[in-house]
Amino acid sequence: MKKVFVFALLALGILALVACATPATPAPAPTQATAAQPTTAPAQATTAPAQATTAPAGEPVTLTIESWRNDDLKIWQDQIIPAFEKSHPGIKVVFQPTAPTEYNAALNTKLEGGTAGDLITCRPFDNSLTLYQKGFLAKLNDLKGMSDFSDVAKSAWITDDGKDAFCVPMASVIHGFIYNQDAFDKVGVKVPTTEAEFNQVLDAFKKDGTYTPLVMGTADQWEAATMGFQNIGPNFWKGEEGRNALIKGTEKFTDPPYVDTWAELAKWKDYLPAGYEAIKYPDAQSYFALGKGAIYPAGSWDITTFNDQAKFKFGAFKPPVENAGDQCYISDHTDIALGMNSKSKNPDAAKAFLEWVATPEFANIYSNALPGFFTLQNTKVDLKDPVAQEFVSWREQCKSTIRNSYQILSRGDPNLENELWRLSAAVVNGTITPEEAGKEAQAGLDKWYKPQ
Amino acid sequence: MQTPHAKSRSFPFHIVIFLAPAVIVYTVFMIIPLIDSLRLSLFTITDDKREIFAGLNNYVLLLTDPKWSAAFQNAFWNNVKFFIIHMVVQNSIGLLLASLLVAGGRARSVYRTLIFAPTVLSVVIIGFIWNLILSPLWGVGESVLKAVGLGALFAPWLGLAWSALPTLSLISVWQFIGIPMLLFYVALLGIPEELIEAARVDGASGWTAFWRIKFPLILPTVGIVAILTFVGNFNAFDLIYTVKGAQAGPQFATDIMGTFFYRTFFGSQLQLGNPAMGATVAGMMLLIILAGVIVYLFLWQRRVATYDL
Repeated sequence: MKKVFVFALLALGILALVACATPATPAPAPTQATAAQPTTAPAQATTAPAQATTAPAGEPVTLTIESWRNDDLKIWQDQIIPAFEKSHPGIKVVFQPTAPTEYNAALNTKLEGGTAGDLITCRPFDNSLTLYQKGFLAKLNDLKGMSDFSDVAKSAWITDDGKDAFCVPMASVIHGFIYNQDAFDKVGVKVPTTEAEFNQVLDAFKKDGTYTPLVMGTADQWEAATMGFQNIGPNFWKGEEGRNALIKGTEKFTDPPYVDTWAELAKWKDYLPAGYEAIKYPDAQSYFALGKGAIYPAGSWDITTFNDQAKFKFGAFKPPVENAGDQCYISDHTDIALGMNSKSKNPDAAKAFLEWVATPEFANIYSNALPGFFTLQNTKVDLKDPVAQEFVSWREQCKSTIRNSYQILSRGDPNLENELWRLSAAVVNGTITPEEAGKEAQAGLDKWYKPQ
Repeated sequence: MQTPHAKSRSFPFHIVIFLAPAVIVYTVFMIIPLIDSLRLSLFTITDDKREIFAGLNNYVLLLTDPKWSAAFQNAFWNNVKFFIIHMVVQNSIGLLLASLLVAGGRARSVYRTLIFAPTVLSVVIIGFIWNLILSPLWGVGESVLKAVGLGALFAPWLGLAWSALPTLSLISVWQFIGIPMLLFYVALLGIPEELIEAARVDGASGWTAFWRIKFPLILPTVGIVAILTFVGNFNAFDLIYTVKGAQAGPQFATDIMGTFFYRTFFGSQLQLGNPAMGATVAGMMLLIILAGVIVYLFLWQRRVATYDL
């Protein structure tokens, strides 16, 4: 009898061990909710007085902005918000960012609990579209200034039928290559414009041996897809033409433009630093900033990093085209926008802020404070940073497109964007061929996607 | 037995009170979520967030659908490799270290502390340190190998498909080796000196004495170490997530059950989470661990002889 009891106790103990050790799936939900609470508390505190004070005229209204850009807190506080408050007395604005990785979950919790701020920073495409469909974001079709944005600019924050817009586009990021001017001068090569020239330049650096020709790693996987595939690809698939053809189903990833893009990427392998398979994104950044590399496949947001860290002169060139004189295409990816909480207590003040976001004044402050994040407005902005100027000048010479996996095509499982990460990294690592990458990407898409 | 003595004994409220805090906390934070997670794995969630009962459909999908089963099998076999490396490397070296410690020596307590130290460090720190050590750009790993003339052997191990998982396993072994070492050490200390002396008098060498006398006596501890390793490994997640991220690259070569669960339940990047399938993966993890524990309880625990020393 005693033995059975001891045995039962032991069994219970082991079971408890298993239970502790097994991830209890619903548990994270409450932790997210509690994590969100400390950040919502100030929002409540700031919106509450606003409510109380809207009735007596002349008292200031306070708007709260939800955002994932915690890196930009200082810029909003010191430059953007004071400029707005100067021209709009009576409205106070509080910028209240959450950590980027927590933003989506925290925002959802706040919106569902009714404690979110008046203005919501919008992620591109499905994330914000879902919020709009659930009624959390207000329709902004009639907002003054919306007509100053091109269709491509608005495409990330619009319903699939293109009818209802729900966020004011703020900025995009552009892909290209950043190069070390000193290295180019020393080895005596010129900025390449065609693929052949690009490869010649890489060979020249390889022969010289002083500099690593191309600085990128594949350890984090997204670099290969974002700064590789989506960077040079638009020239192959003719930007929007190819992107829409994928959505319509008239082009497939097994078609030449896509396989050729991967084939070009596969060539990079010989020019990357030794051990690139284990080099992470921040390491590649530091390596280039130390002046050890010649060319860095970049997103325009890298400009700020290199402005801070690099001791040498650097410039930028756009993705090379096949033949000199070909029409060029660039990835000008719509990345960030601002929408309005449909349950905002101060809709008029919130609209006033959004209208201001659509003005050149905002575009000027924002683009100059954050070189590498370019306004999506049609009006031209005077950029002070020379490299940022170079990036934005490509908009006039080339046709803009966005990353082809972002609209509609990443709604299912397997997720196209994540597949492109995996496949592009594997192509650069040399573990699969470009043709295999095309086949796998298309097979994944075919599993759930019916062309529209 | 109706004795007056028994009558005076009332309901033992004090036991209830003593048990209550643990039972309540444990029920609320462990048992209920666990049961709810298992419940969720029997439902599918529609686009408008309604839960529809689906029976064992999710499990069938996970095991038979080409895409799901490929991902599941990949994660499962990677996890098995992860476990085997721990069993072979961590536990045998742990045993060796423990017997060396028992043998004595002046710096014994220093070594004991040093070897155990990584166990108490955060996994994030461990991941970061090893990432730096093995970095092909500025890692000390390559220079150390060059210093002993083996520079040619260096490779970006964390980034290559064939070596990423073994490398991560060995990092984990390095971190947790203190646990089996300490358990074995305590078990070995519990063996009376007379037994060993008697064996020596009978002419047994140190080697024979270890395998014929000490090892059989610590077999129960071997079982406990094995089951702790098993449970720990099939729940592992943090090191892989820290070093390789939720996508467990390259080409899912480092994907184990924990990262597979995380990616499925919470989603990653543009992929939205799928709570029902995530709960199903968690359910499979529970089943796998349960199977291991049952093997331990019924096949090992019952057969292994324990001696009162």
